[in-house]
Amino acid sequence: MNTTWRFMLALVIAISISACKTTEPATETTTDVTDTKPVTDVTTAAAPDPRDYTDARNFDNSESLLSKRVIYFDFDKSEVRYEYRPIVAAHAAYVSAHGSARVTLEGHADERGTREYNLGLGERRGNAVSGLLSAGGAMGTQLDTVSYGEERPVCRVSDDSCWSQNRRVEIVYTAR
Amino acid sequence: MMKTKTMQKIIYALFFLCVSQLVQAKLEIEIIQGNASALPIAIIPMQWRASDPPPLTGVSEVISSDLYRSGLFDPLDEQDMVDRPVDAESIRYGTWRLLKVDYIVIGQVRDAPGGTGYDIVYQLFDVHTQEALLSQITTVGIGDLRFGAHRVADAIYEKLTGVPGAFSTRIAYISATGIGKDQNYQLFVADADGFNPQAVVGSPEPLLSPSWSPDGQSLAYVSFEKGNSAIYVQNVATGQRDLVSTGKGINGAPAFSPDGRYLAMTLSASGNPEIVIRDLVTGQKTQLTQHWSIDTEAAWAPDSQSLYFTSDRGGKPQIYRIPVTGGNPSRVTLEGEYNARASISPDGTRIAIAHGRGNEYRIAVLDTDTGRMRILTPGVLDESPSFAPNGSMILYATREGARGVLSAVSVDGNVRQRLILTEGDVREPAWSPVIR
Repeated sequence: MNTTWRFMLALVIAISISACKTTEPATETTTDVTDTKPVTDVTTAAAPDPRDYTDARNFDNSESLLSKRVIYFDFDKSEVRYEYRPIVAAHAAYVSAHGSARVTLEGHADERGTREYNLGLGERRGNAVSGLLSAGGAMGTQLDTVSYGEERPVCRVSDDSCWSQNRRVEIVYTAR
Repeated sequence: MMKTKTMQKIIYALFFLCVSQLVQAKLEIEIIQGNASALPIAIIPMQWRASDPPPLTGVSEVISSDLYRSGLFDPLDEQDMVDRPVDAESIRYGTWRLLKVDYIVIGQVRDAPGGTGYDIVYQLFDVHTQEALLSQITTVGIGDLRFGAHRVADAIYEKLTGVPGAFSTRIAYISATGIGKDQNYQLFVADADGFNPQAVVGSPEPLLSPSWSPDGQSLAYVSFEKGNSAIYVQNVATGQRDLVSTGKGINGAPAFSPDGRYLAMTLSASGNPEIVIRDLVTGQKTQLTQHWSIDTEAAWAPDSQSLYFTSDRGGKPQIYRIPVTGGNPSRVTLEGEYNARASISPDGTRIAIAHGRGNEYRIAVLDTDTGRMRILTPGVLDESPSFAPNGSMILYATREGARGVLSAVSVDGNVRQRLILTEGDVREPAWSPVIR
């Protein structure tokens, strides 16, 4: 009786520890429906090479640049910073390899300055990313730019930590 | 049993609290900074002689608060009125002089002949000369008593300052409520004192840049309801609206010319934002600017012969001016790193702008004759200046914590008032022209 009880307790602890281990990576990756699939499914399917930017599975692979789809900008600037160029290049590789892919570049600005000027600034940022995608082989017909100016912030505090998150271009796939 | 009843009571109480808050969802006004030389005036409660029961807020109260809001008047509190004369003969001028009142207004409200509304019969007297400065009848429809009171305030304001009043005008503004996916945008029109707010249009997608037609009947605005920016023109009274521009790229910053002939817009179909004017009679579009920079926020000169606009062609956003016939723009703002979103005074002698320095944005006024610029507001994120149709005040958007509120400042910067919408993030005020 006592030994069975101890065994049960050990089993419960073991299960709970392993449960913790399996949930850890799940919380790190962005939540996605595929995470809830049984573990066996993922291990049998061959993991995509994260550097294969033509593989659509890499959109959800946190190891791959294709999973990164937000480009951030300096204040009142629209140049794509060097650190973000590999991300844009990865998307250019995907879009040029998939003729059916369609991308909308949503340009945004922080709250400083006037709303209509910021619409212009958001568009300029979207066009900068669009230009790099074209240079990387994407066709003009695959690309669209929409500027929301300062109207759709992701963060609403009036300080630099927030403003830097709002000055962005979101690469949105309307078709993959 | 007892407990559930108490709970019910609490729930009812909360419900009524919510309802009463909704009912009170209007603009509240508070003078932040007063004017020491304000004219002392007594608006005596008007005698109610109409057959209908009197309204909760009397005509004299509306007139008093209008004059107070302007910052140029110091109306006597009703409780300090030791005497309430009803006609010229019963005014005891000595008493009013002792109360240090310079002007006195008396009157009555009675049924208009024909019974279709009210007559506000009133007189304005100079306490020192005992002279009647105004003796008038303002006739209004059944539901327009507040409007009638604003008209009386306009007349008193004009008589004593020499400038037409702007109390019987309206304001338009954008209000955003909710966060993220629950965000909702509404374009409101309210009386100039914030009362009677009415939603003109609502959308889950951003609305911005309301701009009045010169007859005060319609508003042009930008809506993202179709996914991208588009310009609409909507009749405020009927709600009927027209889609005016929905080209590729930006369709923004609509502005009617004061003569009503053109609508200026910012369009980026050519690749980057340019100022385009559309002839509202022929429908013909003319592109005025031709530059790789951002050209936007057109504002018309009062004679409709030229436009001011924001451009960063010199590196930073500054105000430029271009003739309506096109040509080379000339730079207007010379000081400061960020000058944008011009609003032109009705006489064309002043330009209100959003003036940025570092992380601070304030409303400044540029004198077009001297080229001198004056900062009027304390910041730090002030924008969207809009001149009153009489040029006396500038309405603008500012922040209170994370929330947007509206404020107004007198052109000399001496009087500032805050208009708070009790709900939502309020921005982009546009003061209507005088509605006749």
